[in-house]
Amino acid sequence: MPDTLSWFTVLFAAVFTNNILLTNYLGMCPFLGASRELKTATGLGSAVIFVMTTTSALNWVVYYGILQKLGLEHLRFIVFIVVIAAFTQIVEMIIDRVSARLYAALGIFLPLIAVNCAVMGASLFMIIREYTFIQSLAYGFGSGVGWTLAIMAMAGIREKMVRARVPLGLEGAGIALIIAGIMALAFTGFNGMMNIS
Amino acid sequence: MARSRTAKIFRENLGTNNPVFVQVLGICSTLAVTNVLKNTVVMCLGLVFAVSMTSVTISALRKGIPSQVRMIVELLVAACYVIMIDIVIKAYAPDISKQLGPYVGLIITNCILMGRAEACALTSPPWIAFVDGISSTLGYSYVLMTIAVVRELLGAGTFWGIAVMPAGWVNWSIMVMAPGGFFMLAIFMWIIKKFWLIPAEGGATNA
Repeated sequence: MPDTLSWFTVLFAAVFTNNILLTNYLGMCPFLGASRELKTATGLGSAVIFVMTTTSALNWVVYYGILQKLGLEHLRFIVFIVVIAAFTQIVEMIIDRVSARLYAALGIFLPLIAVNCAVMGASLFMIIREYTFIQSLAYGFGSGVGWTLAIMAMAGIREKMVRARVPLGLEGAGIALIIAGIMALAFTGFNGMMNIS
Repeated sequence: MARSRTAKIFRENLGTNNPVFVQVLGICSTLAVTNVLKNTVVMCLGLVFAVSMTSVTISALRKGIPSQVRMIVELLVAACYVIMIDIVIKAYAPDISKQLGPYVGLIITNCILMGRAEACALTSPPWIAFVDGISSTLGYSYVLMTIAVVRELLGAGTFWGIAVMPAGWVNWSIMVMAPGGFFMLAIFMWIIKKFWLIPAEGGATNA
Protein backbone atom coordinates (compact mmCIF):
# COMPACT_ATOMS: atom_id res chain seq x y z
CA MET A 1 0.00 0.00 0.00
CA PRO A 2 2.62 2.64 0.95
CA ASP A 3 4.57 1.82 -2.21
CA THR A 4 1.79 3.32 -4.26
CA LEU A 5 2.21 6.75 -2.71
CA SER A 6 4.54 9.00 -4.64
CA TRP A 7 7.13 10.92 -2.69
CA PHE A 8 5.30 14.11 -3.48
CA THR A 9 2.09 12.83 -1.92
CA VAL A 10 3.96 11.90 1.24
CA LEU A 11 5.65 15.28 1.33
CA PHE A 12 2.43 17.20 0.86
CA ALA A 13 0.57 15.12 3.40
CA ALA A 14 3.36 15.53 5.97
CA VAL A 15 3.20 19.30 5.65
CA PHE A 16 -0.56 19.82 5.54
CA THR A 17 -2.95 16.97 6.21
CA ASN A 18 -0.84 15.03 8.69
CA ASN A 19 1.08 17.89 10.21
CA ILE A 20 3.26 16.31 12.89
CA LEU A 21 2.56 19.06 15.39
CA LEU A 22 -1.09 19.83 14.82
CA THR A 23 -2.37 16.30 14.30
CA ASN A 24 0.13 14.22 16.26
CA TYR A 25 1.04 16.71 19.01
CA LEU A 26 4.73 16.06 18.55
CA GLY A 27 7.28 18.73 19.36
CA MET A 28 4.93 20.59 21.67
CA CYS A 29 7.52 21.61 24.26
CA PRO A 30 9.69 23.78 22.00
CA PHE A 31 6.51 24.83 20.19
CA LEU A 32 5.16 26.40 23.36
CA GLY A 33 8.53 27.43 24.78
CA ALA A 34 10.24 28.99 21.78
CA SER A 35 7.36 30.56 19.90
CA ARG A 36 7.44 34.02 21.44
CA GLU A 37 9.67 35.55 18.76
CA LEU A 38 9.53 34.99 15.05
CA LYS A 39 13.33 35.05 14.76
CA THR A 40 13.91 32.26 17.25
CA ALA A 41 11.10 30.26 15.72
CA THR A 42 12.64 30.56 12.25
CA GLY A 43 16.07 29.47 13.48
CA LEU A 44 14.70 26.54 15.40
CA GLY A 45 12.49 25.59 12.48
CA SER A 46 15.30 25.48 9.95
CA ALA A 47 17.41 23.38 12.32
CA VAL A 48 14.47 20.99 12.73
CA ILE A 49 13.98 20.66 8.96
CA PHE A 50 17.65 19.84 8.51
CA VAL A 51 17.86 17.36 11.39
CA MET A 52 14.58 15.64 10.60
CA THR A 53 15.41 15.07 6.94
CA THR A 54 18.86 13.71 7.65
CA THR A 55 18.00 11.59 10.69
CA SER A 56 14.99 10.04 8.93
CA ALA A 57 17.30 8.96 6.13
CA LEU A 58 20.01 7.76 8.54
CA ASN A 59 17.57 5.85 10.69
CA TRP A 60 16.01 4.25 7.64
CA VAL A 61 19.42 2.96 6.57
CA VAL A 62 20.26 1.79 10.08
CA TYR A 63 16.90 0.07 10.59
CA TYR A 64 16.69 -1.79 7.30
CA GLY A 65 20.42 -2.19 6.77
CA ILE A 66 21.47 -3.34 10.23
CA LEU A 67 18.69 -3.92 12.74
CA GLN A 68 16.37 -5.90 10.51
CA LYS A 69 19.16 -8.10 9.16
CA LEU A 70 20.22 -8.98 12.68
CA GLY A 71 16.65 -9.42 13.92
CA LEU A 72 17.06 -6.67 16.50
CA GLU A 73 14.02 -4.55 15.61
CA HIS A 74 13.04 -4.17 19.27
CA LEU A 75 16.23 -2.19 19.88
CA ARG A 76 15.12 0.52 17.48
CA PHE A 77 14.18 3.03 20.21
CA ILE A 78 17.63 3.01 21.71
CA VAL A 79 19.40 2.99 18.35
CA PHE A 80 17.31 5.82 16.90
CA ILE A 81 17.86 8.07 19.88
CA VAL A 82 21.59 7.43 19.77
CA VAL A 83 21.71 8.19 16.05
CA ILE A 84 19.76 11.41 16.57
CA ALA A 85 21.78 12.54 19.58
CA ALA A 86 25.12 11.69 18.01
CA PHE A 87 24.19 13.34 14.73
CA THR A 88 23.09 16.60 16.32
CA GLN A 89 26.21 16.65 18.47
CA ILE A 90 28.52 16.13 15.48
CA VAL A 91 26.77 18.68 13.33
CA GLU A 92 26.89 21.19 16.16
CA MET A 93 30.65 20.74 16.44
CA ILE A 94 31.14 21.04 12.67
CA ILE A 95 29.04 24.19 12.42
CA ASP A 96 30.88 25.68 15.37
CA ARG A 97 34.19 25.26 13.53
CA VAL A 98 33.04 26.24 10.08
CA SER A 99 30.89 29.31 10.50
CA ALA A 100 30.21 31.50 13.51
CA ARG A 101 27.22 33.07 11.79
CA LEU A 102 25.61 29.76 10.97
CA TYR A 103 26.31 28.62 14.51
CA ALA A 104 24.50 31.59 15.98
CA ALA A 105 21.57 31.06 13.65
CA LEU A 106 21.30 27.28 13.75
CA GLY A 107 23.92 25.63 15.95
CA ILE A 108 22.62 26.72 19.32
CA PHE A 109 19.33 24.98 18.62
CA LEU A 110 20.83 21.62 17.79
CA PRO A 111 21.24 20.23 21.33
CA LEU A 112 17.61 21.14 22.03
CA ILE A 113 16.50 19.23 18.99
CA ALA A 114 18.07 15.99 20.15
CA VAL A 115 15.24 15.64 22.63
CA ASN A 116 12.54 17.01 20.37
CA CYS A 117 9.87 14.34 20.20
CA ALA A 118 8.98 15.33 16.65
CA VAL A 119 12.37 14.17 15.33
CA MET A 120 12.10 10.81 17.03
CA GLY A 121 8.43 10.64 16.06
CA ALA A 122 9.20 11.12 12.37
CA SER A 123 11.65 8.21 12.48
CA LEU A 124 9.16 5.96 14.27
CA PHE A 125 6.26 6.84 11.97
CA MET A 126 8.33 6.13 8.90
CA ILE A 127 9.08 2.61 10.20
CA ILE A 128 5.49 1.92 11.23
CA ARG A 129 4.13 3.11 7.89
CA GLU A 130 6.77 1.07 6.05
CA TYR A 131 8.00 3.88 3.84
CA THR A 132 10.62 3.33 1.18
CA PHE A 133 13.83 5.33 1.38
CA ILE A 134 12.61 8.09 -0.91
CA GLN A 135 9.28 8.30 0.91
CA SER A 136 11.11 8.50 4.25
CA LEU A 137 13.25 11.33 2.97
CA ALA A 138 10.14 13.15 1.77
CA TYR A 139 8.35 12.43 5.04
CA GLY A 140 11.24 13.69 7.17
CA PHE A 141 11.58 16.85 5.12
CA GLY A 142 7.82 17.41 4.96
CA SER A 143 7.36 16.93 8.69
CA GLY A 144 10.12 19.43 9.35
CA VAL A 145 8.53 21.95 7.02
CA GLY A 146 5.12 21.35 8.59
CA TRP A 147 6.48 21.84 12.08
CA THR A 148 8.29 25.01 11.03
CA LEU A 149 5.16 26.34 9.36
CA ALA A 150 3.19 25.79 12.56
CA ILE A 151 5.76 27.33 14.91
CA MET A 152 6.30 30.34 12.65
CA ALA A 153 2.58 30.99 12.37
CA MET A 154 2.34 30.63 16.13
CA ALA A 155 5.23 33.03 16.75
CA GLY A 156 3.71 35.55 14.38
CA ILE A 157 0.40 35.39 16.22
CA ARG A 158 2.02 35.54 19.65
CA GLU A 159 4.07 38.61 18.74
CA LYS A 160 0.78 40.41 18.05
CA MET A 161 -0.80 38.91 21.14
CA VAL A 162 1.44 40.96 23.41
CA ARG A 163 -1.02 43.80 23.19
CA ALA A 164 -4.13 41.68 23.55
CA ARG A 165 -5.91 41.27 26.87
CA VAL A 166 -6.00 37.62 27.80
CA PRO A 167 -8.47 36.40 30.45
CA LEU A 168 -6.99 35.82 33.89
CA GLY A 169 -5.52 32.37 34.22
CA LEU A 170 -5.22 31.80 30.50
CA GLU A 171 -1.99 33.74 29.91
CA GLY A 172 1.06 31.99 28.50
CA ALA A 173 0.59 28.34 27.72
CA GLY A 174 -3.20 28.38 27.98
CA ILE A 175 -3.79 30.87 25.22
CA ALA A 176 -1.02 29.28 23.14
CA LEU A 177 -2.87 25.97 23.30
CA ILE A 178 -6.11 27.61 22.22
CA ILE A 179 -4.32 29.20 19.26
CA ALA A 180 -2.81 25.81 18.43
CA GLY A 181 -6.27 24.28 18.61
CA ILE A 182 -7.68 26.83 16.19
CA MET A 183 -4.72 26.27 13.88
CA ALA A 184 -5.28 22.52 14.06
CA LEU A 185 -8.91 23.14 13.21
CA ALA A 186 -7.86 25.14 10.16
CA PHE A 187 -5.47 22.38 9.11
CA THR A 188 -8.20 19.75 9.30
CA GLY A 189 -9.62 21.60 6.31
CA PHE A 190 -6.86 19.99 4.24
CA ASN A 191 -8.06 16.53 5.22
CA GLY A 192 -10.43 16.31 2.29
CA MET A 193 -7.51 16.48 -0.12
CA MET A 194 -5.70 13.33 0.98
CA ASN A 195 -5.01 11.19 3.99
CA ILE A 196 -2.07 8.91 4.55
CA SER A 197 -2.48 7.59 8.06
CA MET B 1 12.45 14.68 58.37
CA ALA B 2 12.79 12.46 55.35
CA ARG B 3 9.12 11.74 55.60
CA SER B 4 8.07 15.36 55.55
CA ARG B 5 10.32 15.96 52.54
CA THR B 6 8.67 13.08 50.71
CA ALA B 7 5.25 14.50 51.49
CA LYS B 8 6.33 17.94 50.34
CA ILE B 9 7.57 16.61 46.99
CA PHE B 10 4.29 14.80 46.49
CA ARG B 11 2.24 17.85 47.30
CA GLU B 12 4.23 20.10 44.99
CA ASN B 13 4.33 17.76 42.05
CA LEU B 14 0.63 17.00 42.24
CA GLY B 15 -0.39 20.61 42.73
CA THR B 16 1.61 23.82 42.77
CA ASN B 17 4.45 22.50 40.60
CA ASN B 18 2.40 20.15 38.44
CA PRO B 19 4.28 19.21 35.26
CA VAL B 20 1.29 19.80 33.01
CA PHE B 21 -0.43 22.97 34.08
CA VAL B 22 2.46 24.74 35.79
CA GLN B 23 5.61 23.61 34.02
CA VAL B 24 3.86 22.73 30.73
CA LEU B 25 6.19 19.81 30.08
CA GLY B 26 5.84 16.53 28.31
CA ILE B 27 2.44 17.00 26.80
CA CYS B 28 3.72 15.92 23.39
CA SER B 29 3.73 12.20 23.55
CA THR B 30 0.70 11.62 25.66
CA LEU B 31 -1.85 14.22 24.63
CA ALA B 32 -2.15 12.30 21.37
CA VAL B 33 -3.64 9.25 23.07
CA THR B 34 -6.14 11.07 25.28
CA ASN B 35 -9.03 10.45 22.91
CA VAL B 36 -9.49 6.98 24.39
CA LEU B 37 -9.32 6.50 28.16
CA LYS B 38 -7.96 2.96 28.03
CA ASN B 39 -4.97 3.98 25.93
CA THR B 40 -4.32 6.94 28.18
CA VAL B 41 -4.20 4.74 31.28
CA VAL B 42 -1.76 2.33 29.64
CA MET B 43 0.39 5.19 28.43
CA CYS B 44 0.39 6.89 31.84
CA LEU B 45 1.34 3.66 33.61
CA GLY B 46 4.21 3.29 31.17
CA LEU B 47 5.31 6.84 31.84
CA VAL B 48 5.14 6.46 35.62
CA PHE B 49 7.32 3.36 35.39
CA ALA B 50 9.79 4.85 32.92
CA VAL B 51 10.29 8.14 34.71
CA SER B 52 10.55 6.77 38.23
CA MET B 53 12.94 4.00 37.22
CA THR B 54 15.06 6.34 35.11
CA SER B 55 15.27 8.80 37.99
CA VAL B 56 16.39 6.06 40.39
CA THR B 57 18.98 4.75 37.96
CA ILE B 58 20.38 8.16 37.12
CA SER B 59 20.47 9.05 40.78
CA ALA B 60 22.34 5.87 41.66
CA LEU B 61 24.85 6.52 38.88
CA ARG B 62 25.05 10.27 39.38
CA LYS B 63 28.61 10.33 40.76
CA GLY B 64 29.95 8.34 37.82
CA ILE B 65 28.34 10.31 34.97
CA PRO B 66 30.59 12.96 33.41
CA SER B 67 28.57 16.12 32.97
CA GLN B 68 29.38 16.51 29.24
CA VAL B 69 27.68 13.26 28.31
CA ARG B 70 24.91 13.26 30.90
CA MET B 71 22.15 13.92 28.36
CA ILE B 72 23.00 10.89 26.29
CA VAL B 73 23.34 8.72 29.39
CA GLU B 74 19.90 9.83 30.52
CA LEU B 75 18.45 9.03 27.13
CA LEU B 76 20.05 5.60 27.04
CA VAL B 77 18.79 4.66 30.49
CA ALA B 78 15.31 5.87 29.58
CA ALA B 79 15.40 3.97 26.30
CA CYS B 80 16.14 0.70 28.11
CA TYR B 81 13.07 1.06 30.33
CA VAL B 82 10.90 2.14 27.43
CA ILE B 83 11.91 -0.96 25.46
CA MET B 84 10.78 -3.07 28.43
CA ILE B 85 7.44 -1.26 28.50
CA ASP B 86 7.01 -1.70 24.78
CA ILE B 87 7.66 -5.44 24.97
CA VAL B 88 5.26 -5.85 27.92
CA ILE B 89 2.45 -3.92 26.20
CA LYS B 90 3.01 -5.84 22.98
CA ALA B 91 2.79 -9.15 24.83
CA TYR B 92 -0.23 -8.46 27.04
CA ALA B 93 -2.23 -5.89 25.09
CA PRO B 94 -1.37 -6.19 21.39
CA ASP B 95 -4.43 -4.18 20.28
CA ILE B 96 -3.54 -1.25 22.47
CA SER B 97 0.07 -1.51 21.37
CA LYS B 98 -1.06 -1.14 17.77
CA GLN B 99 -3.23 1.86 18.58
CA LEU B 100 -0.51 3.58 20.57
CA GLY B 101 1.81 3.20 17.59
CA PRO B 102 4.95 5.27 17.98
CA TYR B 103 3.85 7.00 21.15
CA VAL B 104 5.24 4.38 23.54
CA GLY B 105 8.67 4.89 22.02
CA LEU B 106 8.23 8.62 22.36
CA ILE B 107 8.22 8.32 26.15
CA ILE B 108 12.01 8.47 25.73
CA THR B 109 11.85 12.01 24.48
CA ASN B 110 9.16 13.05 26.92
CA CYS B 111 10.31 16.30 28.46
CA ILE B 112 9.22 15.29 31.97
CA LEU B 113 11.64 12.42 31.93
CA MET B 114 14.55 14.63 30.94
CA GLY B 115 13.38 17.44 33.19
CA ARG B 116 13.18 15.26 36.31
CA ALA B 117 16.54 13.65 35.56
CA GLU B 118 18.20 17.03 35.10
CA ALA B 119 16.45 18.87 37.90
CA CYS B 120 16.31 16.25 40.59
CA ALA B 121 17.95 12.90 39.93
CA LEU B 122 21.42 14.31 39.22
CA THR B 123 21.61 15.96 42.62
CA SER B 124 19.52 13.78 44.93
CA PRO B 125 19.81 10.32 46.52
CA PRO B 126 17.82 7.49 44.84
CA TRP B 127 14.86 7.51 47.24
CA ILE B 128 14.16 11.20 46.76
CA ALA B 129 14.61 10.84 43.01
CA PHE B 130 12.15 7.95 42.99
CA VAL B 131 9.55 9.91 44.94
CA ASP B 132 10.07 12.88 42.69
CA GLY B 133 9.75 10.81 39.53
CA ILE B 134 6.66 8.96 40.62
CA SER B 135 4.87 11.99 42.02
CA SER B 136 5.46 14.20 39.01
CA THR B 137 4.20 11.52 36.65
CA LEU B 138 1.17 10.86 38.85
CA GLY B 139 0.48 14.59 38.80
CA TYR B 140 0.69 14.36 35.05
CA SER B 141 -1.45 11.23 34.79
CA TYR B 142 -4.47 12.54 36.66
CA VAL B 143 -4.63 15.60 34.43
CA LEU B 144 -4.45 13.52 31.28
CA MET B 145 -6.98 10.99 32.53
CA THR B 146 -9.44 13.77 33.28
CA ILE B 147 -8.95 15.09 29.76
CA ALA B 148 -9.33 11.59 28.33
CA VAL B 149 -12.59 10.98 30.22
CA VAL B 150 -14.11 14.18 28.86
CA ARG B 151 -12.84 13.64 25.33
CA GLU B 152 -14.05 10.06 25.15
CA LEU B 153 -17.40 10.90 26.71
CA LEU B 154 -18.17 13.80 24.41
CA GLY B 155 -16.38 12.52 21.34
CA ALA B 156 -17.53 8.92 21.28
CA GLY B 157 -20.28 8.80 23.93
CA THR B 158 -18.45 6.07 25.82
CA PHE B 159 -16.61 5.59 29.09
CA TRP B 160 -13.88 2.92 29.09
CA GLY B 161 -15.41 1.63 25.84
CA ILE B 162 -18.93 1.25 27.29
CA ALA B 163 -21.68 3.43 25.85
CA VAL B 164 -23.05 5.66 28.59
CA MET B 165 -24.61 8.55 26.75
CA PRO B 166 -28.40 8.44 26.21
CA ALA B 167 -29.76 7.25 22.88
CA GLY B 168 -29.82 9.98 20.29
CA TRP B 169 -26.55 11.47 21.56
CA VAL B 170 -24.65 13.09 18.73
CA ASN B 171 -20.91 12.61 19.03
CA TRP B 172 -18.79 15.73 19.08
CA SER B 173 -16.33 14.38 16.58
CA ILE B 174 -14.09 17.40 17.11
CA MET B 175 -13.27 16.09 20.57
CA VAL B 176 -11.59 12.92 19.33
CA MET B 177 -9.74 14.85 16.65
CA ALA B 178 -6.54 16.79 17.25
CA PRO B 179 -8.02 20.25 17.97
CA GLY B 180 -10.16 18.78 20.78
CA GLY B 181 -7.02 17.82 22.68
CA PHE B 182 -5.61 21.32 22.45
CA PHE B 183 -8.85 22.94 23.55
CA MET B 184 -9.43 20.54 26.43
CA LEU B 185 -5.95 21.03 27.83
CA ALA B 186 -6.28 24.80 27.57
CA ILE B 187 -9.66 24.76 29.31
CA PHE B 188 -8.35 22.48 32.03
CA MET B 189 -5.39 24.80 32.66
CA TRP B 190 -7.65 27.80 32.68
CA ILE B 191 -10.00 26.34 35.28
CA ILE B 192 -7.17 25.16 37.52
CA LYS B 193 -5.32 28.46 37.37
CA LYS B 194 -8.33 30.66 37.77
CA PHE B 195 -10.01 28.88 40.63
CA TRP B 196 -7.10 27.34 42.44
CA LEU B 197 -3.58 28.52 41.69
CA ILE B 198 -4.19 32.25 41.41
CA PRO B 199 -6.42 32.50 44.51
CA ALA B 200 -3.87 30.37 46.40
CA GLU B 201 -1.02 32.68 45.39
CA GLY B 202 -3.04 35.78 46.18
CA GLY B 203 -3.83 34.42 49.62
CA ALA B 204 -0.17 33.72 50.26
CA THR B 205 0.98 37.22 49.35
CA ASN B 206 -1.73 38.89 51.39
CA ALA B 207 -0.94 36.94 54.50
